[in-house]
This record gives sequence, C-alpha cells and structure tokens, in this order.
Amino acid sequence: MKKRYLGLAVLAALAMGAEAQNKGVIKIASQTPLSGGQSKLGVAISNGVRLAVDDEGKLITSLGFRLEYAPFDDQAKAEQGVANANRMINDGDILGVVGHLNSGVAIPSSEVYARVSLPAVSPANTNPLVTDRKSTVNVMSRICGRDDVQGPAGADYVIDTLKAKKIYVINDKTAYGEGLAAAFAARAKAKGASTTEIGIEASERDFATILNRAVAEKPDVVYYAGIYDQAGPLLKQMRARSINVPFVGGDGLDGSDLQALGGSMKNVFFTTTAVPLSSLPAARGFAQRYNSKFNVAAEGYAAYGYDAARVIIRAIAAAAKGNKNNKPSRESVAAEVRKVKFQGITGAISFNNRGDLPVAKYVIVAAQDNYDDNKVSKIVSVAAPTPDLK
Amino acid sequence: MIEKLPLATRSTLLMASTLVFGLVAYLMVLQKNTIESYFVTPVVMLFALHLFFATSWKVTRVAQIVVFVLVLVLGIPLIGFANSLYLQVVVTICIFAAMALGLNVVVGFAGLLDLGYAAFFAVGAYLWAIFGGSQANNFISGNLFPLNGNLVFLFIPIALFVAAVVGALLGLPVLKVKGDYLAIITLGLGEVIRVLANNLNKPINITNGSQGVRIAPNPENSPLAFITVPLSQATNIPFFQMQLTMYYVLILLVVIAVILFTTRLDNSRIGRAWVAMREDEVAAQAMGIPLVRTKLIAFATGASFAGAMGVLYAAVIGFISPNDFNFERSTQILAMVVLGGLGSIPGVIVGAAIVISLNQLVLVEISRVLQLINLPPRFDPTQYQQLIYGLILIAMMILRPKGLVPAVRQPAKLENLEHGELAKGVK
Amino acid sequence: MSAELFFGLLAPTIVDGLSIGLMYAVIALGYTMVYGVLEFINFAHSEIFMVGAVIGVELLTAVLIPTGLHPVFQLIIAIVVAAGAAGILAVAVERFAYRPLRVRNAPKLVPLISAIGMSLLLIDVMRLILNPANPNRPFPSGGSFDFFTQTINLGFVSINYKTMTVFVVVMLMLAGLVYLVNYTNLGRGIRAVAQDQSTSSLMGINVSNIIVITFFIGGALGGVAGVLYALKYGVASPVMGFIPGLKAFTAAVLGGIGSIPGAVVGGIILGLLETFAGTYLPLMTNDQIGTEYKDIVAFGLLIVILIFKPAGLLGKAVAEKV
Repeated sequence: MKKRYLGLAVLAALAMGAEAQNKGVIKIASQTPLSGGQSKLGVAISNGVRLAVDDEGKLITSLGFRLEYAPFDDQAKAEQGVANANRMINDGDILGVVGHLNSGVAIPSSEVYARVSLPAVSPANTNPLVTDRKSTVNVMSRICGRDDVQGPAGADYVIDTLKAKKIYVINDKTAYGEGLAAAFAARAKAKGASTTEIGIEASERDFATILNRAVAEKPDVVYYAGIYDQAGPLLKQMRARSINVPFVGGDGLDGSDLQALGGSMKNVFFTTTAVPLSSLPAARGFAQRYNSKFNVAAEGYAAYGYDAARVIIRAIAAAAKGNKNNKPSRESVAAEVRKVKFQGITGAISFNNRGDLPVAKYVIVAAQDNYDDNKVSKIVSVAAPTPDLK
Repeated sequence: MIEKLPLATRSTLLMASTLVFGLVAYLMVLQKNTIESYFVTPVVMLFALHLFFATSWKVTRVAQIVVFVLVLVLGIPLIGFANSLYLQVVVTICIFAAMALGLNVVVGFAGLLDLGYAAFFAVGAYLWAIFGGSQANNFISGNLFPLNGNLVFLFIPIALFVAAVVGALLGLPVLKVKGDYLAIITLGLGEVIRVLANNLNKPINITNGSQGVRIAPNPENSPLAFITVPLSQATNIPFFQMQLTMYYVLILLVVIAVILFTTRLDNSRIGRAWVAMREDEVAAQAMGIPLVRTKLIAFATGASFAGAMGVLYAAVIGFISPNDFNFERSTQILAMVVLGGLGSIPGVIVGAAIVISLNQLVLVEISRVLQLINLPPRFDPTQYQQLIYGLILIAMMILRPKGLVPAVRQPAKLENLEHGELAKGVK
Repeated sequence: MSAELFFGLLAPTIVDGLSIGLMYAVIALGYTMVYGVLEFINFAHSEIFMVGAVIGVELLTAVLIPTGLHPVFQLIIAIVVAAGAAGILAVAVERFAYRPLRVRNAPKLVPLISAIGMSLLLIDVMRLILNPANPNRPFPSGGSFDFFTQTINLGFVSINYKTMTVFVVVMLMLAGLVYLVNYTNLGRGIRAVAQDQSTSSLMGINVSNIIVITFFIGGALGGVAGVLYALKYGVASPVMGFIPGLKAFTAAVLGGIGSIPGAVVGGIILGLLETFAGTYLPLMTNDQIGTEYKDIVAFGLLIVILIFKPAGLLGKAVAEKV
C-alpha cells in the first residue's frame, strides 16, 4: 500500500517538475504508426524526429525553454489519428507536429490541427490533397514532393533518358502508390508511350500473375510505385524470370531493404528529393549519429522525419524570438514554418504559400548493390503545381 | 461491501460520488494544459464509470436518472467543451457501441459468426462520403454535390435500408453454411467489399480507390448548420466544438434508439426464435422456425445498424478510405461484443467503451507514464500499444470468459404464460 | 487478347499456381490439424508461422552459413529447429491463452478473441526483439544459396529449385501426417479425442496430452511452412503472417477443415484459381478489371463450393445428433 502512494507521489512530483522549468515546456509531437503492420516506416520517422530534437533542440532550449518530444501512435487508423489530434490541440505545450505516414490519417487529423492553427509538417504524404485543402492551407506543409511532381519527373526520365515506349506501371494499391502511378502514367501517355497499369495489394509477395505476362509482352521499362518491402521481392522475381529491363520507382524505394530483398541492383533507378546520404558530408554525420543512437541504418523516411522536425524547431525558435523570447503562439509558429529556409538532408527546404516545396529538385538515383554506394544519375527541377484548393 | 449498505444510502452515495467526481474532473479539465497531468484522464474515466455503477448496482430509479443526467447531459458536454479529446472519444465510443450492438444481434442473439461486419460499415460510410462530399460529381453530371448537409438525416435511413439489402443479398446464398464455415465466408465477403472499395475507381470513379473520399469541412453546409452556426456565434464557442457536441447529442439519441430496439428485439418473438436457433438449429426447425428467414433477418438487422453508423462515422471523421474497413476493423468490433458479453446489451456497450477508450486514452496514458522511465528509444513504450492491447484482450478473456457483463436470459415465468405473453406468440 | 498470348501463358500460370498453392497447403495443414481435434480455429497460427520463419532465417544467417555446409543440409537443419521452436511456442500459446478457457467451457468465440490478442502480442514481441525500425530479415541469397535459384527446364516451362523444395516438403509432410494419424497409436488417440473427448478419456487416453501434442504438431507444421515461405519469397518479418495465414485458412476450409488431404487439395485449388484469375482477368477485360480482383474470384469460388458442399471438398458432412 505504502509503495503505491510513494509511486503516486513520485508521479505527481514529476508532473509538477515539468512546470517548474523557468519558461516552461515546449513540445514537438509526431504522429505515425508506431505499432502494427506499417510501424517500420512510422518508427523511422519517429526516430528521425527524436534525433532532430537532440541535434537542434538547443535552438529552443537556449532561449530558456525545456524541449520535449511527444510521439503518438496512430495505428494507421483514421479515428485513432483524430483522437490523438484532439489530445494534441488540448495540450498547449505542443507547438508543432511531424506527421503522418498515411494520407488517410493525415487528412482527417490535420482538419483537427487547423482548428487551433497547430502547424504540421509531413515527412511522407505525397497525396496532393494533403496540402490542397482550403481548410488546412495555413497549417499543413510537407517536405516531400507531391505525386503530381514526382510522377512526371519519373516519366520524363523513363521516356527521355531510358527511351521507353512500352511501360508497365505497377502500383501497390495504397494511397501513395496509386497516386504516384496515376501521375506517372498520365505524363507517360501524354508523351506518347503506351502504358499497362497494374495494381497489386501491398501485402502481396507473389507476382507470378504480372510477370508471366511481362515475359510475353516484353515492356521496355517496369515502373513500380510503392515501398521497398514489396519492390525487393518483385525485383528479385522479375530478374529470376530474366526480365532484365530497367526497374524504376519513386522515393518509396529508398531503403537498403531494396538491396537486401531485391538482389542485384543492375538497371534499378528511383526518383527522390533526397540525394544519397553518402554523397553529402552533413548527411553522413546524420547517418552515423542515427546509427549509433538507434542501432539501425538511417534510411527511407528517417531523414524526412529528421528534416521535418528541424523545420518545426526552427519555426518555433524564430517565433519565440519574434515574441521577445517568450513562448510563441501556434499561429506565429505556423506562419514561421512557411518562412523556414535551409539545406536539409532531404534537399533544399522552403515552402510556397500552400506548404509545398516551390521547386522540387528530384534526383534520379541509380541504385547500387551496396546501399551506401547509390549514385546520382540525373537531377531535374520541377515546379510544384498549385491547383485550386478543395 | 457496497451491496451491504441499505438501498437509500447506497443510492445517495452513488449520486454524491458522481457529483464529486464530475466536479473534480471538470475543474481539472478546465485548467489549461492539465492534459499534461497524469491524473486528468483517470478522473474523467472514473466519472464516466459511474454510469456503469448506476446500471449494475441495485440503486433507486431516481439515483439512476440523476447519475445519467449528471454524466451524459451535463458532465460529458461540459468536459468536452473544455477539452475536445474526451468528447471525441465518447462520440467514437457511441458510434462503435451502436455498431457492436448490431453485430451482437448477429453473433450474440442468433449465434451466426460474422467476421466481415466492417463491410456493412463501409457501405454506409461510402454512401454518405460519396454523396455528402463532392465525389459523386465524378459519375453524376451537373455539379450537384456536395449535397445539403442536413440530408445526412435522410441518408441514415437510406444507409440502414441499403446495408440491410446488401446484408440480405450477401446472406442469402451463404446462410445454409454453418459455424466456422460461415465465419470464413463472411470474412471473405468483408474482404470482397474492401477490395471493391479499393478498386472501383475505374472504369468509372465511384469510390476514388485507395485515395479515399473526403467531405470538405464547411460550416455553412454542415448538418444542422442552422442551429450550430448561430449558437456558436452567440456563445463564442468555436464552431467545431459546437458541431462535435451536436454530433454527440445526435449519436447518443441514435444509441438510445438502438438500445431500445435491440432490447425489444431480444424479448420479441423473433428474438426468441434466434435464441432457439442459436441453441439448437434442428430443434428450432422442428418447432416451426423458418431457419433461412430467421437467419436473414438477423443478418440484415445487424447490417443495417452498421450502415447507419457508417454514415455518422463518415460525417464525424470527414474522410474515409478502404483501409478503414479491413479485417482488423471487423475483429475490433467482434472483440467489443465478446469482451462485453455475447448477447448482453449492457455488456456490448461496456465492451465498446473499453476497446475504444483503451486505444484512445488508456494506452496513450500508459505509454506517457512509462516514458518517465528513460527507456532506450528502441523500447519506446508508444511502440508497444498493440502489445499491451493484446495482453489485455487475453487477460480479460481468461478472467471473464463469459464477458464482463454476461447475458442473463430471464427464464419465462408461468405467470407471464398465463397472462398470455407467450400465448400471443403461439396463437 | 491474342490466342498466342493466351496459350503462351497457360503453362507458366499452371506451374506458378501450383507453386503458390503448395505454399498455402503447407500452412493450411497446421490449421487443419488443430481444427480436426478441437474444432477450434487457431487464429494465432499465422503468427506461429511467422516466428518459425524468423527463427529459421536468423539461424541460417547467424549460425549455419558460417559452417559452410551444403545449402540443402543447412535448410534441413533450419527447418527442423524452426519446427521445434514453433511447436513449443504453439504449446505455450495453448497453455496460456486457450487451455484456461477450454477448462472453463467458455463459449466458442472466446478463444477466438484471445487468439487475436495473442497475434497482436506475438507480432509486437517479435518487432521488439528484431528492432522495430528494421524488422525485415532477408533470407540468405548469393554464395552457395544460389543453389536454390537454379531451374529445371522441362521444355515448355521451367521450374526452380525453390518450388521443387516446397513440393517435396509438402508431400513428405502429407505422407507423414496421414501415416501418423491413421497408422500409429498416437494417431488413434488423436482421432479418438477428435471424436469424443470425454469417452476417450474414459478409455484411458490422456486427453490433455493429446491436445498438447496436437498443438505441437500444428505449430511445428507452421514453423516448417514459415521457413519455406521465407525461402520462396526471400524475406521473414513480423507482419508476414497475416495474408498467407488468411489464404491458407481459406484453403483449409475449401478442402474441408479438419481433413489433412483436404488442406493440400484446397491449397492447390486456391493457388491455381488465384493465379489464373490474376493472369487472365486483366487480359480478358483489357485491364479494366485488374489482378487485384483475384481475391474476389477466389472467395466467390469458396462460396459456390460451400453452397454445394457445405463441409468443403473433402470434409465429411457430419449428421447432427438430435
């Protein structure tokens, strides 16, 4: 009995301790799937945020605040995301959110953030609708490209450089894959290539149905819009059937699992805004620190999580400075997010007035057998379209 | 201990305790930033728990009413105004409770194992999301959509009907199949609906595929805008808060209707037919119960509840995608039913409250408390919410295999027989 | 679609359908074994399968490859160890999550929920062990393991060694199980318990022991299946179990759950059907109805079969006791 009271007392003391800091606490939240099937990508983002708080937190702590990181698990479910979002908007210390992984969670959750102007920076949602909404245009930003930018960038490369006429466009039937594939196919068709569009559930690991047909129809290029978890086995089964044509994908292929699961990387390319970590000195430092902290290689969305958190940290610091070094309002942080400008690990980061990268600089990476040797094959700049807000 | 107290004392104590907890909870929530404190959520949950005490303990009718008014009419909206998290959780609980009550008709009353219940939820949700948002413009010309938000009240009965029809159509061929075979077939049908939702974006874009369907938030065109908009202007409460409260009232009414309806069903002629069929199909058939028709009614009734709640879910969340209706969703609703007690109406509501509040409140709080211990990032407790959820499911099933509030079937009494209650049924 | 394309795809579609079907069959055997005795769907079987796969792959990578043995021997050792471990895990799951319920005569649905809880638990425990940021474990490839990527060319179609391995193992398992259940004392005990638990206990059969052994066999089958799956698709991960588990479960029901040959037949039919639907549907509808509809076709067939044969293809329709 006594022990229990002691425990409660400790809890209470800790809870109060948080308030005891001179200028109070500022929190950065993240919301990604941390448990369940999609947790691998979500954990990478969350780790990236944690590292950013370690690395750049002093921008905020030097102003006299205590900086905390509050990770949330959305379980890849919309209603869980909305509940967490409601928790965040009622915690006045949370001044910025890094999230999400799924646009199905990002869209309803950000409607909630918008109610209190809580800014959110997305590390991974490429669905155009994420930033194209009237209701959230002031709070939602992203540091990854849009489908309607990345798809055409990939299509231009496939048709202009690889000279493809007949393209298999395979997508994983997720919001990310299908959106990217549709944008890719639209541009490819406009440029006169013929496309065969194929959807296959993201959980599928057997591609016999597609590949037998590909053996017969002999496409010039296979474009895959999805994540490396599935791309690896697909690539391996392709090559086992002697389909040796170029295999091209989007930024979902950026991870060493592509190499681990896919075998030889001859003729494999993907588009991404992040140049290979090995070719940037700053990025190399990031990769080392990440690896030593989490005991796993930094890849995929880790760097995006890191950069998204840096955007928020910088915006909070700027907003606090603008508020005589006092705790800034969420509105001012949201406004500062749009003014942030720096060279991140995932590319040059700045925002247009709806929160997209104004000009996305896509690199086409030629994958190598060793992930760390991935090479830049070409760089293209594409201005982000600004369709009407919905 | 509580049982030993005299009825009046017990009732007074319960009312007093509700009042005290309500006040404390409200004061805690009112303080800005108190979500930071580790005590707010437990106190709010204890306050809500009084509803359960009021129904499960023997207390006077007056005390029951007082507790219900204190919690449902005063407490939750007031706490919700101060902190929308709790209102959001309660709204979600209500949506899922009504749905679980529907599944309870199928699984609990009629004994038909249904593992694809999320399909009917999807039918309702898509109905409203497609027509209540602008998605329908993709296949109906004339830019008629989004429809007027108030039409949601028309869509609830429409979804009720459509889901019932879908349930009956899907049920018709499969209801001859029994037990575990029925389970796998319903599981398959659930998958079929999800795959359809995920793929019906070509050749005609009906569901927008994996991209999902959104209902753009628009205060002027939201359900009951003619009440919520002026009210929020007059009271200076933000519109979304007002709207959420409106949904709370609306959904609470629906839940009450569903409770009344299922209670009546349970005691009706068809309800007794279901039980007879559940216990022994052959004997039930011998007694003249038409099996297929009885099963179909169960299936369609259950489906219709899910359809109606789907409409409300789409309206509250504002965005749906096929992933919201996967197998995991079906098992989540089934877990509510089994956890609470198969066939038990109060049990199923408790089950829904537990599953939702576990995920949205308790597990989040547990991981926050665990974060106080500085674990290495790899063991960050936020990452293990589903592990804890799994453990709790197993533990609860082992400790209370009949459910938290097991169903009690009142044995038919001779007096009732003589007064013709059963006799009416026989004719 | 040209006739040339149609017939050209026929042979590879059959081979791939069989190869996927055998994979389903090997997982389905685990479901059917437990169901046959307890009439209980072990929903955690897909996670036991996953644990078997992870153990097999980790063992190969960490311990067996450095020994430099012939890859076939390495695989055999990995399979045996994974089977043992998965069997023990299945027994533990039974002990903690199912037995307390069975003893108390809980309604049939209750163990189903605790099984779902067990699935969530096992997935997350595995993630915790493997590191949540990188839980994928690739099956060894390259070096001596290129052995498995060789193919046998039969002229009109070629079959690789992975498929051959799966085929051989499934046939061995099928033969072994049929022998065990039908021609041994243990098998007689299992059949007796399956028929009537209380009577068989009166006849001196230790029912609890039989149930434990059944779970061990079921789990071990899952472990074998896991390693084979990792071999075929090149990866083991904590979330790999769900989809193959679902498909295998469907296959088991299709063949008649509880029937050992039924599981194999059901698996093969499901695999063939899926592959045919996935290949030919898009071709015949000019890509308007894509590969992703193959599951709908598979479940549609399941429904049709169950309408005409309510106990599955090889299941025995049991007359109800009145």
